Amino acid sequence: MIDQVKQKINDLLSNGSVKGVVALVHSNGNVAPCLYQKGDDLDKLCLGDTDSAGDARYPLNKVLVTLSRQYPDEVFGVLVRGCDERGLYGLYRLNQLDPERVVPIGIACPQSLALQCECKKPWPDNMMAGKASEGIDQKGVANAECDSQPERFSYWAGQFLKCVKCYGCRDICPMCFCRECSLECEDLVSKGDLPVEIPVFHLVRAMHMADRCIDCGLCDEACPADIPLRLLYKKTALIMNAEFGFTSGINKYEKSPLSLMGPAPEK
Amino acid sequence: MDYRNTLTTCTYCGCGCNLFLESLDGKLTGTIPCKTSPVNEGKLCIKGWNAHAFVQSERRLKKPLLRKNGELVEVSWEEALDYAASRLKDIRKTNSPDAVGFFASAKVTNEENYLMQKFARAGIGTNSVDHCARL
Repeated sequence: MIDQVKQKINDLLSNGSVKGVVALVHSNGNVAPCLYQKGDDLDKLCLGDTDSAGDARYPLNKVLVTLSRQYPDEVFGVLVRGCDERGLYGLYRLNQLDPERVVPIGIACPQSLALQCECKKPWPDNMMAGKASEGIDQKGVANAECDSQPERFSYWAGQFLKCVKCYGCRDICPMCFCRECSLECEDLVSKGDLPVEIPVFHLVRAMHMADRCIDCGLCDEACPADIPLRLLYKKTALIMNAEFGFTSGINKYEKSPLSLMGPAPEK
Repeated sequence: MDYRNTLTTCTYCGCGCNLFLESLDGKLTGTIPCKTSPVNEGKLCIKGWNAHAFVQSERRLKKPLLRKNGELVEVSWEEALDYAASRLKDIRKTNSPDAVGFFASAKVTNEENYLMQKFARAGIGTNSVDHCARL
């Protein structure tokens, strides 16, 4: 699979259709995000697999947003898995990236990673390499909901109590790009207090994720307190789907019901 | 176009989390925790996440300051070090080596910390050595 990806990046760079390609590099024994430009060595390109598949994933779309803000007229390629492609669709919809200036290079995730992520769509629409694994049933939320309401409340209160307020969930999130963040608005979240106000802090973020979260799981991986944030956002995404028939990043040009004014659209 | 992620170690505490300082065209644009680091496994605290923030701050001191007639003025490194050395000598002579205390830092390397305690003990002659993490 990696050879196909290298070939594709090489083609895109040599024929000049992109200025650079955002992907990953294996260097100094670590995996890092990297911008490949014409003439760069592709030997050290990697797909973020070290001990197991996808265990060194990075928010490449976030890198792409940084580059695009500085170079709005250039076209960039970007390595995407299924979740990253959902992220691109979300960022197009939210006017953070121009689809005319992004060339996605799609790779499928293996079944092991799909299972671990409980990913409903572990492949991109635009699949350049790999073979699509099966989507996984979303049972995590249903399982969590088996407990009684007081049990669930005490479970989540206990989880939120562990928070060290590092803002890592926001900082790693490829869908978080606001210049002014609600989590830093002192009318909503008090400054300098630990533990964070329960459940306000985490639910403010969960609300903001409702029509954005593309279920990539980077927040879970970045949380030093191991709070199951992904499960929380999976729930908000399910509410969006049940109420409005909307799932972030599934359809390329679909607008979020939360950004529409006027009467409810027909289901 | 020069986009880089430079692997480095967080300067804030002794844990030694690994992170990438992300830069575009020579300016720092962010911090990315290193996923493959055995120390922090892709996680950081709030200080680490903001490791890039102070580097380009306009408020950062770029030259040594010396208080002259009650006001801090910029001086050369030569003058600052000469002044520090002569005052340390004076204090040691007129009072005692224990009139001087040393604070090491988590923001420097083990080797530099070693050198500092060596200087305190062998150079000045005091065991008054402590560490910023206890402040």
